[in-house]
Amino acid sequence: MPLNFDSYDTENFYDEMIESPGEPRPGSRILVERIAKLEDGNILARQKAAEAFMYNMGITFTVYGSDEGAEKIFPFDIVPRIVESKDWAYIERGLKQRIQALNLFLDDIYHDQKILKDKIIPEEMILGAPSFRSQCVGIDVRRGIWCHITGTDLVRDSDGQHYVLEDNLRCPSGVSYVLENRQVLKRTFPTAFEASHVRAVDDYPARLLETLQFLAPYELSSPTVVVLTPGMYNSAYFEQSFLAQQMGVELVEGSDLVVFDGFVHMRTTHGFQRVDVIYRRIDDDFLDPTEFRSDSMLGVPGIMDVYRNGRVAIANAPGTGIADDKAVYAYLPKIVKYYLDEDMILPNVPTYICAVKKERDYVLANLDKLVVKATNESGGYGMLVGPHSTREQQAEFAEHIKKNPRNYIAQPTLALSRAPVLVEDHFEGRHVDLRPYILYGKDIYVMPGGLTRVALKKGSLVVNSSQGGGSKDTWVLSE
Amino acid sequence: MLSRVANSIYWMSRYLERAENVARFIGVNLNLILDMPEEYGEQWAPLVNISGDRELFKRLYGTPTRENVLQFLTFERENPNSILSSVRSARENARSVREIISSEMWEQANRFYLMVKHASENNISTDNPHNFYSDVKTESHLFDGITEATMSHGEAWHFLQVGELLERADKTSRILDVKYYILLPDEQAVGTAVDNIQWAALLKSVSALEMYRKHFKQISPAKVADFLILNREFPRSVHSCLRRAAYSLHAITGSQMGSFSNKAEQRMGRLLAELNYTQIEEIIVGGMHEFFEGLQSRLNGIDDCIFETYFTLRPLNKKYTQQQSQA
Repeated sequence: MPLNFDSYDTENFYDEMIESPGEPRPGSRILVERIAKLEDGNILARQKAAEAFMYNMGITFTVYGSDEGAEKIFPFDIVPRIVESKDWAYIERGLKQRIQALNLFLDDIYHDQKILKDKIIPEEMILGAPSFRSQCVGIDVRRGIWCHITGTDLVRDSDGQHYVLEDNLRCPSGVSYVLENRQVLKRTFPTAFEASHVRAVDDYPARLLETLQFLAPYELSSPTVVVLTPGMYNSAYFEQSFLAQQMGVELVEGSDLVVFDGFVHMRTTHGFQRVDVIYRRIDDDFLDPTEFRSDSMLGVPGIMDVYRNGRVAIANAPGTGIADDKAVYAYLPKIVKYYLDEDMILPNVPTYICAVKKERDYVLANLDKLVVKATNESGGYGMLVGPHSTREQQAEFAEHIKKNPRNYIAQPTLALSRAPVLVEDHFEGRHVDLRPYILYGKDIYVMPGGLTRVALKKGSLVVNSSQGGGSKDTWVLSE
Repeated sequence: MLSRVANSIYWMSRYLERAENVARFIGVNLNLILDMPEEYGEQWAPLVNISGDRELFKRLYGTPTRENVLQFLTFERENPNSILSSVRSARENARSVREIISSEMWEQANRFYLMVKHASENNISTDNPHNFYSDVKTESHLFDGITEATMSHGEAWHFLQVGELLERADKTSRILDVKYYILLPDEQAVGTAVDNIQWAALLKSVSALEMYRKHFKQISPAKVADFLILNREFPRSVHSCLRRAAYSLHAITGSQMGSFSNKAEQRMGRLLAELNYTQIEEIIVGGMHEFFEGLQSRLNGIDDCIFETYFTLRPLNKKYTQQQSQA
């Protein structure tokens, strides 16, 4: 059977590639034609070759709760997801606005707290959140930037409208897969890639390094930048070592760093070397046992003192977690209006805040229709997908919500857009989301592309890699 | 480079060399037993004694039967120096420095581990022990070759060399010790046909038989000892290992051979100078086993100094480091 999209059924979902049966969207036309011209079995062979390449390169992640050292390749689909240039222009504008507002929000929350005094957001919503760090109050971060690296998750509903699902302002991961996927896809569809005028993502490590260097305390000409990892058993260890390697900087663990004489130093074979900028991939909780969790073995005792004195920069700034709290997310339209006096360009998914009585009652009455999320969990843990849940699971979540309403929000289930994936010898639609990466340095840069995550299980809406999700390369077309 | 990274690289190569030498150890014993008159019985206890893990063995297995000893030295997870444990530690160290070593090296460390793990799950070594132990040797050689061909000979490579060579010097001395001290039956047997066969088997186990023949022709215990301890050209002799390890230590700091800029260099230099001006007859008069004991303890001392000098850098009397050492 020849492999093409003639019998591909969009089943009334918004499809990223195929507009209607047999009719690709304009930007996808070249690729669809190219695939139709391939000989039988050729695309399967290409998929296999791509997987083998990733396996040999050790592009793997570790699954929590499985055997020691169990590594899997991040499941990967060979058909890229294509984003038209006008769609991208809209996304880019929306993200820049969002990051700018979130950064102003963070600076306000840790200084004057005007937004609370003006009663735009209830005080207890912020000050009672575990991700609000009193240790960070009053800190003047270098150049006023808090969220240097952000990954924002976008979804698309059945009418094609993009929504922001959540912001990740702590340690968003996945960018290494974007870069590796691109390497693989360039080998797989070289002609279609060239003819489609895809925008480049490969300079991300260089831009990341620039962003980090921009933060260096004082005006150092060649500041020492390091990547701080929780260690090789962390699920994102591959990415951390990859980014360090690509930027040409040291990958350090907490025990490699030591604070004395008011600075942070790393232990090298030739003595101590001062460290100026730390791209940390560990949570606030573990950063400094003298200020946060005292049982942390991953952090650096005393680092917060040095940071407070402006003698080391940390990206992202400690305390940014409050801005991606899912309850704060619900206030984002107000946040944008308050700081920028603009309407929000990229809308949120409508969100019910369980801490508010009226909204909580609605949620409890409609658990079978809504997606309920814990405000402080990520990675698809602590989540109830109403339409796919059992009565027992709903009852269990109802208990959780009643016991601790502040900890939960709920959203309607969207009919997430789909994209074709290769299933054995044909294509089927699967739900996707998109995580673009945003760097905030001299200016705000949105990487043209991002991680397209795909729920590989038929009908599934959960795209997280820990829950059976995979990824696709994302082709943003130039104008 | 980072101290931790240097430490991991040092131990990565040390563990691989250790696994290879345990395989050689067992190889020499399997060979010796084949050639031994029956009245001597099978001698397995000495292997455990010489590896320095006697207490652990007693606790885990009790009697030193062939089966117990092979299992303990090859696959026992609780024995940190078993082949399986060593290769696993080497692989974990390699994983923690993936951005420093070549991807081919990481791949080989990975493959080596999977080979041994597979064997442990399928009783491959008991079916055909000679083949298995020879495969372990080959995998280790493959890693060395890949390292030589794909890694820059910079600081990281020198740490790798030091780890490998110190381990090899220690193990060569221990293999000799097995024969010289433990398996030497009695005075009358020295020089007999059986005795000569055993010495040849020992040379073979350290891949030295051919090279020895070119040098000395006739096999005699003193000459074998001379060759494996003092020969300057054979890559597994104690002297050759230490000379190259000293060279790498100096390459790391940039100080001249014959001088020293830290304790590791000082102790290494002193030991090397002694070997430079020692004859095998002096070692024999002083007692071979005593010599090995002294050598091994001095090698341990050098290892300690390397650890102190390069891997555990701490500032003194500073607020936060004190808290850290308490943690």
